[in-house]
This record gives sequence, C-alpha cells and structure tokens, in this order.
Amino acid sequence: MPAFLTPLQYSILEAVCARLVPADGAPDGAEMGAVDYIDTLLGAFTFTPPRIWAGGPFSGRCGGQRSFWDFEELSPAEELAWRTRIEGSLGIPERERLGPVTGLQETYRQGLAELGGKFLALDPAAQDDRLREVGDFTRLVYEHVCEGLYGAPEYGGNRGLAGWQYLNYEGDVQPRGFTDAEVSGA
Amino acid sequence: MSRDFDAIIVGSGPAGSTAAEILTEAGLSVLIFERGRNHLIDLDNPAVLPRRFSNDELKYMTRHFLGPDPWAEPRTFRTSIADGDRQLVGEVNNLPATVGGGGVHADGKLPRFREDDFLVESELGPVEGASIADWPVTYDEMEPYYAEAERLVGVAGLAGANPFAAWRSGEYPMPPGPAMYGALVTSAAAQKLGYHPYPAPTGVNSIEYDGRPACNNCGFCAYFGCPIHAKGDPVAPLSRALVTGRAQLRPQSHVSRILIENGQATGVEWIDARGERHIELAGRIVVACGAMETPRLLLLSGLTNEQIGRNVMFHMQTFVFGIMPFRVHGHMGRSVTHVHDDHILVDEAARAAAAEADLPWIKGGLVEHCSPAHMIAEAKQYPWGPQHKIMMRESPMRDRLLGFCMQGDDLPQFTNTVDLDPAVTDIWGLPVARTTYQPHTHELVASRHHGAKLAQIMKEAGAERIMTATSPKTTGDLATSHSEISQVPISRHVAGTARFGTDPSSSVCDPWGRLWEAPNVMIADSSLFPTGSGYGPTLTLVALSLRNSRAFAV
Repeated sequence: MPAFLTPLQYSILEAVCARLVPADGAPDGAEMGAVDYIDTLLGAFTFTPPRIWAGGPFSGRCGGQRSFWDFEELSPAEELAWRTRIEGSLGIPERERLGPVTGLQETYRQGLAELGGKFLALDPAAQDDRLREVGDFTRLVYEHVCEGLYGAPEYGGNRGLAGWQYLNYEGDVQPRGFTDAEVSGA
Repeated sequence: MSRDFDAIIVGSGPAGSTAAEILTEAGLSVLIFERGRNHLIDLDNPAVLPRRFSNDELKYMTRHFLGPDPWAEPRTFRTSIADGDRQLVGEVNNLPATVGGGGVHADGKLPRFREDDFLVESELGPVEGASIADWPVTYDEMEPYYAEAERLVGVAGLAGANPFAAWRSGEYPMPPGPAMYGALVTSAAAQKLGYHPYPAPTGVNSIEYDGRPACNNCGFCAYFGCPIHAKGDPVAPLSRALVTGRAQLRPQSHVSRILIENGQATGVEWIDARGERHIELAGRIVVACGAMETPRLLLLSGLTNEQIGRNVMFHMQTFVFGIMPFRVHGHMGRSVTHVHDDHILVDEAARAAAAEADLPWIKGGLVEHCSPAHMIAEAKQYPWGPQHKIMMRESPMRDRLLGFCMQGDDLPQFTNTVDLDPAVTDIWGLPVARTTYQPHTHELVASRHHGAKLAQIMKEAGAERIMTATSPKTTGDLATSHSEISQVPISRHVAGTARFGTDPSSSVCDPWGRLWEAPNVMIADSSLFPTGSGYGPTLTLVALSLRNSRAFAV
C-alpha cells in the first residue's frame, strides 16, 4: 500500500523508472525499488517519526544493532522546512517567508498527470521521447531514482540491496569497516 | 536578573569546545549555546560516547542532517554590489549547525601553518587590491599551542615527512593511519616528478587514543559524523568541560544578539526551539560561530567597527581529476591520506608566472590526494537510459577516479564581505548572512600555474583522461581549460571577517582576540585570521582558541 501515490500514479512512475534505468543483466529501476523510495519520500509525514533521517549508528548488515529503522525525530524548525519542501507552502504564511514553494508532492502530481495513463501504452522508444519532452520532471525523477537505488534500503528503495549488489558495493560497513590491507592494496 | 554563569560561549564547534575546556579548567562556570541539534554527546553522562552517527549518504549528503537547513536558515551570495542585493538564496559554504560544528563533518586533515604564513606582509610583501597584514602573533609563539592542540584533538602524522613543514617541538601524538591505494599511486607519480608527498596530518585515530577507538576505514569520513568517534570531532574537549560539572551545553538555542552597554557585554539574547526569546547574563562572552555567523552576530548586536565582515577568505580550490585504467576503491579509508606542500613555495617559476600577470608573487596551497567514495553523487552525474548501468559498472567518476584538490591561498580583500542581507531572513526572523565575494587575480593565476603541474602528475600516474575545474569558477581570459562549477566557493575553509591586529583602526579584535569595541567579548574562531594560508584553518583556530582562552580566563 503506497504512502502517497495513487495506483495509477504508481504504475506510471514504475514505467518511467524502468526507462530511466532499464533492465539488462540486472533488474530495472522500478524493480530495484525506486518507486517505493519516491513514494516514501512524498509520504514521509504519514510515518511517525517521519521517514526523513534514518537512525544510527548501525544498520545491522555488517554487525551491531539494526538501528537505521529508528528514524530520527524532527525539531519544530526541521519539520517546518521538510513539510514545506514536500507538501509545498500551500498559502500558509510561515511557509512563505522566502516566497511560495511548490512541494514535491505537487510536482509529482502534475508531472505524472502530464504523462498520463497513455504513457503505459507507448513502446519504449516512444516513452523515451516523452521523457525527453518533459525534461525538467524527468531530471527530478532521475535524481530521486539515483537516491532510491544507491541509498540505504530503510528509505524505501534499494530493494533487497539490488542497487548495491549488481555493483558488488558493500554499502554501510560499520562496525566492521575495512582492513588496512584492503585500504592499501590494489 | 542574576548571573548564573561566569562565561557564555556561542557555538560548540572546535573553537568553542576548546574555549569551554580551558575556561572550565580555570574554574569558571560556562554556558555553551549551540543553534543546532545534539547528536554528538550524552548530556546526562558526558563521559560515555553516544555513537549516533551512521554510514548513510542520503542523510548526510542529500538531506542536511547536520544542518543548517538551507530553507530554514539560508545564506545569500553575490559576486559584487553590481549584482544587486543578491544572486542566490540557500546554501553558501555551510558548515554543520550541530553540536561539534565543523569538527563533526570534517575528515580531519589538520596541518599547521608555516612560519611565513603569520608574516605575509613583511616576508612576501603587499599585493595591490589585497588587504594583506601580518598576524599579531608569530609561529614561534604559536608552536606550543599547536603541539597542545594536536594532543587535545588527537592528530596522526609523521614528523619530518614534509620537508616544507614549520619546526616542531615533538612527534605527532599518533603514527599515520593506513595509506589509501589511490594515494599511493598519485604519491609515487608526484615523487617521480620531484614533489614531496607525505602522510596527511589527520585528526583521525590510527590507534586507540584518549578512550576513543582506532578508525576502521569505513570510508564515510568527509561530510559524515563518525559512528565510532574515531575522528577528532570536539566530543573530547566538550566531554572534559562537561564532566567538571561547571559547564552546561544548551542545543537548539540560537543566540540572536550580544547585549552591549558602554563598551561592555552583559549577556546575550537567545531564541529557544519554539521561537521564544530569553536573556542570559554573563561577564565574559566567547563568540565561536564560524567566519560567517560570527560577523553576522556582531552586526546583529549593533557593533559598528567598519572592519566587521571584511576580508572574508575561502580557499581557491583547483581540482585535477584523472580517470584511471584500474579500480582505486576510494570508498575504503579516511577520504585523504596523502598531501603535498610544494605549491606553497614561492619559487622562481611561481615568481615568473606572477610577473607575467603583474603580480609580485603567487602562492598555491596544500594539495590533497583524493578519490571520490559515494554512489548517489556518482550516479547523478551519468545520463539516464541504457548508459546508466554501463557507466555505474565502469565507474569512471568514482571507482576509477583519482583527484588532486589544491587548497589555494586566497588573499584578503576589503570588498569581499559578509554582512546582513537587507531582506532575506531566517526562520526566526533575523537577517541572514550575505557574502559578497570574488577572487583576486592572484588566486586565478596561482590556480592556472599550479593546476598545470598537477595535470602533469596525473598524467604520470597513468590517467587515461584528465579533467580540471576550480571553485569558485574562473571566468574571462584566465578560464583556459578550467570547467565551471559555481561562483559560490564550495570550500568549507572560511576565514577573515573579524581580523585581529595591533591597530584598532584596521582590525576588529586585539592581539588576544578581544573586540576593541567590547573587550569582554572574545572571538575564538577563524574570523580572526588576517590572512588565510594554503592550509585548512581548524588546527590553527584550535591553537589560537587555547592561547586566547587561557588569557581570557584570568
């Protein structure tokens, strides 16, 4: 059950992420969890504490307690800044100190509406053409796809560590770390 | 209203934490204000290391966990008054707003300055358009404080390894940590061409030190808090100050004004996390907010010395990157393990390059041998589509990339300023710091001269392709091969803005860091620096804070 996206928005975004990072030997961007990462960011405040900053010090993947899941509480100022960024200023005076802000939620709502359900029916080459036409939105989604594939899985993406595994990347390695021989050797 | 504390310290970074240790050691009671949150220290049990930081690229590099949030507490920037009130609102050289300040995110390269860095005016001479001045203190006087600072923070290094280093009275407290593979490759090439690379003096434990463990090379070093407290973040001096029972640390408490009457500070006004304003009184105030927030606070307090905020300096960073035909695994190790200082010398070639540009001399800076470590930052540089995974697998911009970053000396200029933005405010309604900055011709000429040498070393190291860039970006005739990054310098090494000196008409503070306008206010951070040097400011500002705080406690 997505935290923010409607089923149709979710499907369109799946198709977008599959073109931004297509499948080859490894799964595509959506299969690696990019859509769930974006949905978790857009719906961060449906969770308590909000899914903005994972906890620490360790994820448990290389030893230690699994503390990344203990997301950090936000201060009042931090919550105001992140709600403004995600939800937009919405005419609320304290969110418009630096002028009106279009939130990420609205940007995604509009961007996905512009692509529409018909995006799903296009062949891959035509989908790529559409993505080039809506360049600004595509660039934003691509940045989030990169975050979703290679960030820690607690933020909703990097499903089953797929983003790290296809590159043989170790991810967070505390408290194990690397040996001196690994650091200095070829 | 009663005074509950002898002294108030504004800012809990390396400078403020050092002041806290010295003032409490002298028997004074101290209240430390920090505008950011506390993730560094257990306030109920300051002797225990809390271990809250993590290996998490999103949290630290994308989502501003260490603060300040660029929307809640922005800064503004312009290159000159001709740009209008500002060109940019948001992130400008932000250092963390968190307990521990810049010490938390730094990878802890902690070099000393050289003897001549304190005497640029008398040894190298003036440069037109630059407001160069000697420091009111010499290296010989600073040496014991440098040695003490290295012990307090915990610096690993190898005495004698750098032929250009200033004299030192003893060994480093710890031996160097393990060399990163990529740094061994570039160091060998540099050595072959006659340069003198050496293990970087680093505030990261190579062995267990002061009750904190040795670094385990996790690779999340620069821009991250250390999950195991192996870095010389200011947890040690803060903890020592707090265990005396004479210090209190108040996070999420933003000092908005120093209260000054008849040339004496009486206390501060501060704003709590809910936005409510309070007053706290004390007979001594230490300002340690960093070289951008310190002049902002002085101006918000109504101080009028026209030197406040002047001469802001960064480092002119020159980057030379090489794509290698082999993997370099820069994600293992402590970000930077080797550096070389050769470009700091004003040799014949440097004088010739200077003369061509009608300058008396040029000076470069410390060169860090580095390699990028983080995947999200890498991925965003590649195009979307089928190429994405091909590039990620080949990794030309991360796992096959080696780099040099020269921290070029930036000459002070009276017209480079930090002042109060006339319209943009932070979340508390206070005017934000506005930077007006452009590099002097000196920095551009030095960057071009030394950048070409760094490219030769990179070629010798076997790079398949070499790219150069500078920050701030270079424009006009001097742009040559440098690509553009941004006109906002990305260097986090900020200095100047409240220089100390012997003449009240040309400085903000006296030779002991006290405001000429209100001598019971001491500036503890790199705002004091009259000139910048080609070295990172942290060890020098800690050493200065030691020296000046001890005198201030009397």
